[in-house]
Amino acid sequence: MSLDKNTVRTIANLARLEVRDDELEHLAGELSNIIHFVEQLAEVNTDGVAPMTSVVHMDLPRRVDAVTDGDCQDKILANAPEQQDGFFLVPKVVE
Amino acid sequence: MAYVIQGETGDWELVIGLEVHAQVISKSKLFSGASTLFGGEPNTQVSLVDAAMPGMLPVINEYCIEQAVRTGLGLKAKINLTSVFARKNYFYADLPQGYQISQYEYPIVGEGEVILDMPDGSTRKVGIERLHLEQDAGKSLHDQHPTKSFIDLNRSGVALMEIVSKPDMRSPEEAAAYVTKLRSILRYLGTCDGNMAEGSMRCDANVSVRKAGEPYRTRAEIKNVNSIRFLQQAIEYEARRQVDLYEEGGQVVQETRLFDSTKGETRSMRSKEHAHDYRYFPDPDLLPLMVAQDFVDGIKAGLPELPDEKKERFMGDYGLSSYDAGVLVAEQANADFFEAVGKGRDPKLACNWVMGDFAAAMNRLGRSIDNPPVSAADLGGLIDLIADNTISGRIAKEVFELMVETGKAPAVIVEEKGLRQVTDTGAIEASIDAVLAANGDKVAEYRSGKDKLFGFFVGQVMKATGGKANPALVNEILKKKLG
Amino acid sequence: MTRLTRLTMAEARDGLARKDFSATELTEAHIRAVEAARHLNCFVTETPDLALERAKAADARLAKGEGGAMEGLPIAMKDLFCTEGVRTTASSHILENFVPPYESTVSANLKKAGAVMLGKTSLDEFAMGSSNMTSYFGPVENPWKRKDDAGAKLVPGGSSGGSAAAVAARLALGATGTDTGGSIRQPASFCGIVGIKPTYGRCSRWGIIAFASSLDQAGPMARTVRDVSIMLGAMAGHDPKDSTSAPVAVPNFEAALTGDIRGLKVGVPKEYRPQGLSPEIEKLWDDGIAMLKDAGATPVEISLPYTKYALPTYYIVAPAECSSNLARYDGVRYGLRVEGKTLDEMYAKTRAAGFGKEVRRRILVGTYVLSAGYYDAYYAKAQRVRRLIADDFAKAFQTVDAILTPTAPSAAFAIGETDGNPVTMWLNDIFTIPTSLAGLPGLSLPTGLSADGLPLGLQVIGRPFDEETVLKVAEVMEKAAGFTAVPAGLEG
Repeated sequence: MSLDKNTVRTIANLARLEVRDDELEHLAGELSNIIHFVEQLAEVNTDGVAPMTSVVHMDLPRRVDAVTDGDCQDKILANAPEQQDGFFLVPKVVE
Repeated sequence: MAYVIQGETGDWELVIGLEVHAQVISKSKLFSGASTLFGGEPNTQVSLVDAAMPGMLPVINEYCIEQAVRTGLGLKAKINLTSVFARKNYFYADLPQGYQISQYEYPIVGEGEVILDMPDGSTRKVGIERLHLEQDAGKSLHDQHPTKSFIDLNRSGVALMEIVSKPDMRSPEEAAAYVTKLRSILRYLGTCDGNMAEGSMRCDANVSVRKAGEPYRTRAEIKNVNSIRFLQQAIEYEARRQVDLYEEGGQVVQETRLFDSTKGETRSMRSKEHAHDYRYFPDPDLLPLMVAQDFVDGIKAGLPELPDEKKERFMGDYGLSSYDAGVLVAEQANADFFEAVGKGRDPKLACNWVMGDFAAAMNRLGRSIDNPPVSAADLGGLIDLIADNTISGRIAKEVFELMVETGKAPAVIVEEKGLRQVTDTGAIEASIDAVLAANGDKVAEYRSGKDKLFGFFVGQVMKATGGKANPALVNEILKKKLG
Repeated sequence: MTRLTRLTMAEARDGLARKDFSATELTEAHIRAVEAARHLNCFVTETPDLALERAKAADARLAKGEGGAMEGLPIAMKDLFCTEGVRTTASSHILENFVPPYESTVSANLKKAGAVMLGKTSLDEFAMGSSNMTSYFGPVENPWKRKDDAGAKLVPGGSSGGSAAAVAARLALGATGTDTGGSIRQPASFCGIVGIKPTYGRCSRWGIIAFASSLDQAGPMARTVRDVSIMLGAMAGHDPKDSTSAPVAVPNFEAALTGDIRGLKVGVPKEYRPQGLSPEIEKLWDDGIAMLKDAGATPVEISLPYTKYALPTYYIVAPAECSSNLARYDGVRYGLRVEGKTLDEMYAKTRAAGFGKEVRRRILVGTYVLSAGYYDAYYAKAQRVRRLIADDFAKAFQTVDAILTPTAPSAAFAIGETDGNPVTMWLNDIFTIPTSLAGLPGLSLPTGLSADGLPLGLQVIGRPFDEETVLKVAEVMEKAAGFTAVPAGLEG
């Protein structure tokens, strides 16, 4: 499947990556090339094969319900680009 | 009686499905050891995992799994012994990872049901589609700054159960009854505190309308309704809007709408509309969640008596009406109070007192069942005094108010105030004789056929005895004397 | 004192024990080497003060006869491991100024073992690449030179290129790497050193900046098999903070180096000899097979029929996971922020400016293959093929104890020698990716030189959690190969 410029624009928007209009053409070509490459999987018969989401063969480990973490506002905010009164700040979100 | 919306082109039926987000009662978060307490200073109940610092990894809280299974069992639902956590990918300022860990294809709980108790005492069954575990997001504050939103991640990562109903509800009242009942069940189970004001229970409503017999039409999703009253208002408004739209020749579009409680209307959230594509896939940081059947059986064995069973028992054992039983069992504490009052006593009398004067006093004083105006033991004692004819029902109301006022035991009040019922036939006869003597004209009228005057004589006798005369005896002796 | 940088890790350890020199002396020698080799651009951040501080502490412990398995041994840390108080960048503009308030489990384990961190090494941005050319901080240069073309600057491979080059150039006794599709083994091969990607789950991923969670695995890079054995023992271990970390005991890997592989069956997969494979690589491989035979092992031809689908499978799975893993770099809580009028504008500008080209490309591919309507055709399909690839190995390991293959299809290439087609670049990992998809341990060791005089590596693959056999086989080959060549300028 080839990706057109519109698809690239949609994907870039989903991924929150700004893409200039004059980059779309080139990107569409490049991504189509990649997608074409991976599409050779279509020739593999995978009927009855369950997807493998992990190579780990064990039960999901669990922790006990106890407060063992948090209370480290300084660490949480240490690298914040913008903060005030203990909050992170972002451009105003209008709903 | 079916709920219909009368339009110009005929009657429309309402179709409602609800998605309830219930915060799991746990000490720590679903995938981190940070506290879940409500109301901390911003970003203090946040671990590096909750803030999605680079390289941080989730580890699941075993108690949250237990709570989800418990809730599933309480909803008489199928527990899926294997379930899978998936990432729901989207960007938002209070979603630090850029994805929410949720369950998609394989939720921990499958189909179940909730029985609605309608105000008229009837019941209705609503199907549960699924229940899954997921992370809550943080909180955005939009009114602190002219150009900035403030982000607090204290809630980020708190465990939620998303409980999805089937589109089985047909009126705003049913939707309200569903949320009420679900809340009641969760509180019985101890899996969610049901506090809608604090946001520990939130509700999204999928609403569509159709003509009778039609397949489902397009639905709109109303997001984040935070009270049962608003839920009803939002559904009513939305249903009417859709009917009007169709009748004007328009179409309902599948979209997310927000309920504005000040204006009482829903409006489109266009900002959220552009290309939502959550790109779910199994979270590679976690493995499939397996629960053993004996784990499930163990939880099942420890379940408390739930509202439906309790109601059943109250109706069967105590002979209460469906309505009374439904009201009493809605809150476990109320049901327990009733049972404490009614134990070994006339259940109907206990029910009347608990739901009558007692409930009224609680409302009037703004008290709760955990801090009742009168203890269950004292209220029971009062009922005992009625039962053994120490006081009459009428005096009992007076005693009850004094109990509320003074906190004294009913027997003490009766003694102190000398409210003990007069059962000495001699004394009652003397009072009656005096009343009859003083009202010779009325006696004559009565005897000439004016039966209604009987009540007048009873009243006069009660007045003369300070209300303490046993009403049954007064009636009996009066009848004889007037004969 | 420059001789101190020529020691192997094991030799340095023994020297420290004998008090031939101090940890401080050893560390100072390496700090000087790091400073003298800045033209190679191996390090994003040097931490000489911290290193000396740790060396001093190590000397104190050694003086008391205490100390861990790596007490006082200077190493380099791939800049993908979060290090408390030390800038951690993933070689990305978006994390250029990120200083983690926490320490990754692996780097903490190394610290506990007494290792001395010299600094943070460069990598392909977010570990995505096979050349180290995608680093925001510029390419890393391979210390090796072509025999007849000393002017050509060669890549060290990637993504752990800074680590590989630093170890090869004798700037550190060892270095940490991470491997998602070959990022330890391919640069080890390009730089003439030893690197092992252990079994998935052997080393904790906690605190390692994630690229593709189901594939990422940390491992050691050093100059000998013994050295990676020592270092792997210090890095590995069960970590309850990583849900995919295996609750298995860490064996004494060094003790596995018995030198005896008699009777072992070593698989030689026919699918790793594709049409057009360089005769040089083919000969290297055949020589390796002969070494095994000489040592009493039995080479067995095996078939891994789904091998050719590993690369396309990987390039669906890895970008998909990366597109999600990298969503957290949004300019809100840490890292670069480029202001925008709206939140979405800020996100898009920040991420476009913060991520380099290859990372953006992989995010876009990953977003596409997960998007509505394509999930089944791409992601779910790839996960099914992944199982077939893993099953291939499982079947093979029913009859063989280890597998021998080339590590990479070529020797190191020069910066600027690529055709710009990302898929061509990806072919570098054609022999390492299947192992990653199956989660198996794989080790690369140098066994020969190309006609150009550049190192070439062979890969030994083992059963899950059987790094011991891998190391044992590799050590026998190491002895047999007698690889003594060193990078330009380090001769004599």
